[in-house]
Amino acid sequence: MLQLPREMVDQVVAHARRDHPDECCGVISGRAGAPARLFEMANADRSPTGFTFDSAEWLTVYRDVEDADEDLFVVYHSHTATEGYPSRTDVLWSRTTGFAHWLIVSTREPDVEELRSYQIIDGVVAEEELEIT
Amino acid sequence: MAIEVRIPTILRTYTAGAKAVEGSGGTLDALLVDLDSRHTGLRGRLVTDEGALHRFVNVYVNDEDVRFLGSLETPLKDGDSVTVLPAVAGGAGKAVAAGGAGKAVAAGGAGKAVAAGG
Repeated sequence: MLQLPREMVDQVVAHARRDHPDECCGVISGRAGAPARLFEMANADRSPTGFTFDSAEWLTVYRDVEDADEDLFVVYHSHTATEGYPSRTDVLWSRTTGFAHWLIVSTREPDVEELRSYQIIDGVVAEEELEIT
Repeated sequence: MAIEVRIPTILRTYTAGAKAVEGSGGTLDALLVDLDSRHTGLRGRLVTDEGALHRFVNVYVNDEDVRFLGSLETPLKDGDSVTVLPAVAGGAGKAVAAGGAGKAVAAGGAGKAVAAGG
């Protein structure tokens, strides 16, 4: 299960709407599974079908989080034309990135908030409950 | 000659949990060979079988992405700082909008053929 405060969920959705039709991406840091900070990342691909973290920005964020003794435990991104389910690409990248939770927001419907969370372990996708607190 | 190398969480299994290790080498390539002599398997996570930097990692020399410096041939000197991070990417993918036929992936693998003789 992933627990996120309402404000973070709203920020993820707003980020996704703003970058639509391109995909958005970002990370959430925390301690012992409790979310602390959300970082909106630039999508270096600027693409409607994929994202890549900008390498310079990613280094800055990673250091910041590590220096604060937090973990990067959630990665989020949007799918802009399809449902929020991990794609083959997502599963591939889950193997080498080490995030505990993959949060995917779909912006295919302008008026519907569609947000789902997954654990992807050794290439196996398991949807989990997203509890908004 | 010592170069500090910062290791991301996901690769610390190769460094007995250490956040940073030291190595030496005149290029990034030489440094990774040196590190692999003490942290076996680490180089294989960073360099492909063809000898190129893996796309699943970012490597920085003094905070500059080596893809803009010369990749594995990036020159190093004493006191330089190297940082390794997982590259992060993903997304819906191009095939999805068109119906998502995608590529068929052979699951399972052929396994080993055992010759039974006699």
